[in-house]
Amino acid sequence: MYNKKECVAMLLAGGQGSRLYALTKKVAKPAVPYGGKYRIIDFPLSNCVNSGIDTVGVLTQYQPLVLNDYIGNGQAWNLDRIHGGVHILPPYQTSSGAQWYEGTANAIYQNLSFIERYDPEYVVILSGDHIYKMDYSDMLRFHKEKGAVCTIAVIDVPIHEASRFGIMFAHDDGSVYDFVEKPKEPKSTLASMGIYIFSYQTLKKYLTENELDETATKDFGKNIIPALLENGESVYAYRFSGYWKDVGTIDSLWDANMELLATNVDLDLYDTSWRIYSNNDTAAPHIIGKNAKIQSSMVTNGCYIDGEVESSVISGGVTIEEGALVQYSVLFPGAVVKKGAVVEYAIVGEDSVIGENAHVGAAPETIENKDEWGVAVVGQEITVSDGATVAPKQIISESI
Amino acid sequence: MSYNMTNVLGILFANAHEESVPELTAKRTMASVPFGGRFRMVDFLLSGMSNSGMSKVGIITRANYQSLLDHIGMARPWDLARNDGGLTLLAPFGRNIDTGLFRGKLEALDSCLSYIRHTGCEYTVLSDCDLVINPDFSKLVQAHIGSGADITAVCRTADYTVDQTRASTCFEVGGDGRVKEVSINRAMAGRRTMDLNIYVLKTSLLISLVTDLVSLGKFSLSRDVLQGKCGELNISVYEFSGFCMRVCDLESYYRANMALLCHDDLAQLVMSERPVYTKDRADAPAKYGFDCTVKNSLVANGCVIEGVVENSILFRGVKVGKGSVVKNAILMQDTSVGRNTSVSNIITDKNVTIGDGLTVSSSENCPLYIAKGRTL
Repeated sequence: MYNKKECVAMLLAGGQGSRLYALTKKVAKPAVPYGGKYRIIDFPLSNCVNSGIDTVGVLTQYQPLVLNDYIGNGQAWNLDRIHGGVHILPPYQTSSGAQWYEGTANAIYQNLSFIERYDPEYVVILSGDHIYKMDYSDMLRFHKEKGAVCTIAVIDVPIHEASRFGIMFAHDDGSVYDFVEKPKEPKSTLASMGIYIFSYQTLKKYLTENELDETATKDFGKNIIPALLENGESVYAYRFSGYWKDVGTIDSLWDANMELLATNVDLDLYDTSWRIYSNNDTAAPHIIGKNAKIQSSMVTNGCYIDGEVESSVISGGVTIEEGALVQYSVLFPGAVVKKGAVVEYAIVGEDSVIGENAHVGAAPETIENKDEWGVAVVGQEITVSDGATVAPKQIISESI
Repeated sequence: MSYNMTNVLGILFANAHEESVPELTAKRTMASVPFGGRFRMVDFLLSGMSNSGMSKVGIITRANYQSLLDHIGMARPWDLARNDGGLTLLAPFGRNIDTGLFRGKLEALDSCLSYIRHTGCEYTVLSDCDLVINPDFSKLVQAHIGSGADITAVCRTADYTVDQTRASTCFEVGGDGRVKEVSINRAMAGRRTMDLNIYVLKTSLLISLVTDLVSLGKFSLSRDVLQGKCGELNISVYEFSGFCMRVCDLESYYRANMALLCHDDLAQLVMSERPVYTKDRADAPAKYGFDCTVKNSLVANGCVIEGVVENSILFRGVKVGKGSVVKNAILMQDTSVGRNTSVSNIITDKNVTIGDGLTVSSSENCPLYIAKGRTL
């Protein structure tokens, strides 16, 4: 009945993203806005469809409402297909009981029956945590040429950052001989990007064995990859060199947005040969009002800008009133900055309101003790009342 | 009487009034004329119908409809990709060996009577695509049923100039809202009740009028129905009070675009609870450069601005280079203005390229039009 697919993608989108604090109180991390009109999940989804992968399972668990609504039937990414397309896969109940997804490996294990409907040779495992453009078909070709059972995408990172990642040790031909999760003293700079291609039968075998091991944490990095290496399976590292940014923390999310404003951007969103698709864009073009002053910024449809905006990323439907100042900030969809308010070095969540003459964040040069400085964050649907102050580094998830 | 809006058929005339803006319609229908930074004229009426709960809409085309086909596609952006009904493009076919294409709306309707009958809708709303408007058609249909009129015509009473009335129908209306007299194309300034060319009537009445009049060799809806049947039928008016601008020449097209720079008007037109839908192009947000100065402008996604822009409408993907100045201009999709170039009071059609160090301008009341794909 169902068409056979050579390759199916499974996108792990159930994570809370707890290091984004107030920004993920009501939405899962992959649904966090980025770059004005996107959400993080637009990148892996667009990469899939641009790579010729038309069957994608999206595994959801934490706060799935926004994500479900956003993905819809997948039409925005050309993933509304007769056979395949995008499928939302939440945890479900079976005759033997119900179980939440306990780890990345367990989440895939619980959905082996979804994968089997397409009888694939290969499965791509993706996460909704990163901003990057990547042709997965190149990686799949590499996987086939090497005759690998598992290929892991890796990227060179500076040695001082290596302890944040899963680090691979590979021979010159790319074959992996060791893997260390977040090493204290890293001896290699090949960081795992959390993108795996598995030959399906091997994946199924290892996931099933992992389930039987009651001590396992049921995680790809902690269990599956080490087990493959222990058994001498052919695991390869696929080197990727391009823009790739983890946006799992407040600072990295803010950084990644600011990087879009540079004159020579590493991530070209205007390149029509590898479009990043997104959903829900029905608004009119934005208005730059008579009193506005705007520089070095990105602005999305549906905004009304009558204040001063500099070096900021402004999402759809944002209002910035006359006399307000927004600089070095990221405003999520529907945010409102009222007259005389100042928002600087900050992230303002969806549909939040910054009252008249309120002050959110501060420039680093105005703070004496650099440890006290950081990006200020106003969570989703929050009101900062007139004249109130949100200090740098402060994160608020309740109205003040 | 019980009805719901799925029982109301919408018919749009894609080509009506094309002669009033020959520049813009040289290679497209009136319906597919770009408007307001990212829309096309048909989006307003089509979105209005969809938002009002209508599920069957036919667009009658006459010629030049390639751009319309491309824009409409499967009609999904307007939520009119339906299993039953949805949007139907009614392409022309020579209904008469001698005359070829239809001469007027009655002949046009006659050529698609089988479609109209097949929809089984009790009421039909007819409209042209020359209006920038966001009407709630359910209120119109309700008013029509409530008044007991045979035909209800949507109108706008206001002070008009000679140019605005030159190619329009105006009504003399009695105290009961019934049309007493109909004047067609009478150029006369002053306070008039102008026909907006949106009508609602019973489908059965529409079919009998079309059948009867076409068999008599008649083809004009305004002349042969509104004027000709004014005494015989109860034709009533429905005054529309929301934002509405009509495109009747290049200057009014320019002014209607510029009207959207008023935030309240734009909000009333498109940011209300009834959004105006259009085909999306997956552009990134607009990008403002380090040295740019932008004031009082409407800017769509995909634009990259490094110069000065004032009082202008920038469609998707417009580029304004360093040192350039754009004033009082409408720059359609993918227009590119080079460096150190100055343009004012111009309308560029799609894909126009203006090079470096040039000055292109016109007087304030007479915008200069630059045709699609031209390179200066």
